[in-house]
Amino acid sequence: MELQAVVMAAGGGSRMMDLTYSIPKPLLPIGNKPLIWYPLSLLERVGFEEVIVITTKEAQKEVQKLLLTETKLKPDIVCVQEDADMGTADALRHIQQKIKTDVLVVSCDLITDAALHEVVDLFRVHNATLSMLMSKAHEFTETVPGQKGKKKAGEQRDFVGVDDSGKRLLFMANEADLDEDLVIRKSIMRRHPRMHIKTGLVDAHLYCLKRSVIDFLAENKSISSIRGELVPCLVRKQFSKFSSLQKNKEEPNQNMKKKDANTNSENHIASADDDLLELALNRSCWNDHRGDMCGAYHGGKLRCYVHIMEEGMCYRVNTLAAYIEANRLASKLFEEPAIHPSAVISERSVVGSDSIIGTYCQIAEKASVKRSTIGASTTIKEKAKITNSIIMNGVTIEEGCNIQGSVICSHATICRGADIKYCLVGNSQRVELAPRTTEEIVPLPFTDPALIYASF
Amino acid sequence: MAAAAEAKELNDNSDETDSKKNEILRARNDGMELSKEEKQRLRKEKKQQKKNKKDDKGQPDNGMGKKDKKPLTAPSAQVTTQVQQPVVTQKALSASPVSEAPAPVDRPAKSKAELRAERRARQEADRASKQAKKGESAAQPSVGKTKAPPNELQPVVKRLPEHIQADDPEVVKKLAKKLEKQQIPVRLDYGYKVSLFSHLHQYSRKAPLTQQMSIPSTVIHPSIVRLGLQYSQGIVAGSNARSIALLHAFKQVIRDYSTPPNEELSRDLVNKLKPYISFLNQCRPLSASMGNAIKFIKKEISNIPSQCKEEEAKSRLQASIDNYIEVKINLAAEAITKFAIEKISNDDVILVYGCSSLVNHILCDAFKKERKFRVVVVDSRPRLEGREALRRLVKMGIHCTYVLISAVSYILPEVSKVFLGAHALLANGYVMSRVGTSQIALVAKAYNVPVLVCCETYKFCERVQTDSFVSNELDDPDELTVTRNGRTQLKHWQSFHMLGLLNLVYDVTPPDFVDLVITELGMIPCTSVPVVLRVKNVDQ
Repeated sequence: MELQAVVMAAGGGSRMMDLTYSIPKPLLPIGNKPLIWYPLSLLERVGFEEVIVITTKEAQKEVQKLLLTETKLKPDIVCVQEDADMGTADALRHIQQKIKTDVLVVSCDLITDAALHEVVDLFRVHNATLSMLMSKAHEFTETVPGQKGKKKAGEQRDFVGVDDSGKRLLFMANEADLDEDLVIRKSIMRRHPRMHIKTGLVDAHLYCLKRSVIDFLAENKSISSIRGELVPCLVRKQFSKFSSLQKNKEEPNQNMKKKDANTNSENHIASADDDLLELALNRSCWNDHRGDMCGAYHGGKLRCYVHIMEEGMCYRVNTLAAYIEANRLASKLFEEPAIHPSAVISERSVVGSDSIIGTYCQIAEKASVKRSTIGASTTIKEKAKITNSIIMNGVTIEEGCNIQGSVICSHATICRGADIKYCLVGNSQRVELAPRTTEEIVPLPFTDPALIYASF
Repeated sequence: MAAAAEAKELNDNSDETDSKKNEILRARNDGMELSKEEKQRLRKEKKQQKKNKKDDKGQPDNGMGKKDKKPLTAPSAQVTTQVQQPVVTQKALSASPVSEAPAPVDRPAKSKAELRAERRARQEADRASKQAKKGESAAQPSVGKTKAPPNELQPVVKRLPEHIQADDPEVVKKLAKKLEKQQIPVRLDYGYKVSLFSHLHQYSRKAPLTQQMSIPSTVIHPSIVRLGLQYSQGIVAGSNARSIALLHAFKQVIRDYSTPPNEELSRDLVNKLKPYISFLNQCRPLSASMGNAIKFIKKEISNIPSQCKEEEAKSRLQASIDNYIEVKINLAAEAITKFAIEKISNDDVILVYGCSSLVNHILCDAFKKERKFRVVVVDSRPRLEGREALRRLVKMGIHCTYVLISAVSYILPEVSKVFLGAHALLANGYVMSRVGTSQIALVAKAYNVPVLVCCETYKFCERVQTDSFVSNELDDPDELTVTRNGRTQLKHWQSFHMLGLLNLVYDVTPPDFVDLVITELGMIPCTSVPVVLRVKNVDQ
């Protein structure tokens, strides 16, 4: 087996708590499919047959059901405690025993139509330790409920340095980790005099990691996040003097236990074979750079590569804005008809072609649905107008409502005549007639007045 | 009775050409008759079974080795059969059934006639059972099917191997069917091909074969997928490097292999390797050295006795692969270096072309042995491999000059010798090497500069070629476009339908331009290559 797929679905969705307080993030509906369906279908399309899903106890049942019904993947679901505050690297350490080969880590909030073979080919061809996917960031144009004015550039930027070919990853740092200056080591500049530093990139959180990285994680327990700590650490290690993950690879004395005997012999085999590979590369007339006296890869054993997508869709649904944007474009990713056949749509209603209607919906007469996603079992009564909105499952929208640019969570009820613009209505909430509510977030069941910031 | 039979045998043998050989072998055999007999019998039985399979296709029973016929092996395979025919018919005359591996050995116990009768009976029985099977099922093993048409016409028409007929739709269809059976995707040709070379495949580096395969590759072993990618992207380039990398990948395949129940390792492993070889061929056409390495491995695998345990068989194979690399590549390089250094004198100016691992090794060793010389490195686009050779030589401390091939006639008056590497040496003495080599040899001849070709014997190939058109390789045409100052002039070359970009990889140099070939067997003239080939075959 060449690669094992691991889907990280235990994250809390900390940047969109309003949505995720009631529904676990992997089950958030996007185009009426749960969020985790998208990376799983990507893996299935590409040819994976098995997948390890790391998720919380809450979401486990749903995820299992989903895996068994909607995909043909053979699931292996690992539960972690929700409050354990596990980072992605901690999760990998948790499943160390299950991982026997190189691993492909995907986050559950990735929606993309990227050609995965580009990332994996870089990983294979250069015998890389890490290979990841990034994409040019798109501006989100839709107005986000609950936000006043334009989005500030408060999101910390990532600085990504690549070499001339655009494939080798030389430098990776987040603005938060840097004090005032961007510091680039001389050893990097000596080897790669031309470096391109990019800031407008979105990290797709799709990583191909070598098996030895998992062992490295097991030894260094302080690393808890792949994105925040492991990747920058590996990128830095490329140019450090001891550029190998295991310092004591050749010492057989260390692992005298029976359990490790097999891996030990594998190491020996691997190192003997590596000699042959070295011999082949030495005889080859290829070099990845030119201008200095060094051989291919400057003799370094640790290499990190990145594939930057120029075109195509790549979204990480970890903020409200991304969630809304993803809902717009999700219909492009699957071939099911936008309007589910079981929905009951009355004749005199207007349903736009870019809307997605879920199962068992009921849309009454003279209702109008444009550019929206309607969840399963939703009832929309007469003369309701829904534009640019996301309605989740089991919502009841009474007559004459006007909903624009909003997100209505599951089982909410919007009473008649309500006029809602750019709001987010929480789970099972009820919106009464009274005021015109604009740019509001109707709060959680345990009402916290501080959360209501209306602007009239 | 036994004595009479033996006497008859002796009489038969005395009329034949290899009687002396038989006597020697019998003397050797006397001490170890029984066990060797059994081994030989087993081997012969296996070969009988394989031959019987081919007999059904109406092949002449001239005792040809099975491996030479399979079209999946090196492109030289088909032509091999042609050239070997005269050699083999001679052997057939001596009435010994075995053509390869052990030299024809007579069994002293049974008489020849009895053996022949036994064999015929067995063949009849097998043929009858095969006919019955044929009647039952229409589908036959793919190898049989694709082998049938070329083999039928073998004695009459010389045909090119399948994959060098890219413009013949039938051949393309046949190839596609074969690949489909092996579950390998077909790589599509890219761009407009110049008409003289339209029979060759032209692939794009940006469209790797892995695009159409599942990502955790299940059909093809991961190390073979990696190797294929490295070939197609040019990371492993150069005849020696490709062979070593291929053998390394095969070692990993063998290590991860486990015999399925009711199968023999010697047969099953060879069948497992076939789709891998097709895959590698799709990524980049196999080189002559790779073809010879594959032939060697297949032979080693089929020679594993059936009672050998799996672990022992695997370790034996690994050891034999290591031995092959050590002897044929490393030690050969040492031997060639020793011979070549004799030819390098002080104050020589040596011209090299491109990056040949062997020539670089020779020059570095000569420098270490304190010879005083300087080197002129000639380079050509689009690969610009000379830069890598330049780097390695300068790193050693050798004084180098670097020119492009367009300046070769300017620089040649200064040069005292030309050292060239080879991709393969053909059976008629032609040298197949990187495109541009024949030009260098031509200009050197015009200036009366000696041209020495360095080549290991495992790159000798039974193919015969007199021009660079019939069998060549086309690289990605986009590699010819150059980007300077952010502008690529030929960026839209595909939109001009009368414009074709031709990126040839190899060319052949006639033996008149080559003064000496340095191999590990010694320094031979170019025309002695067929002799070496013949000697090699007899040895095996």
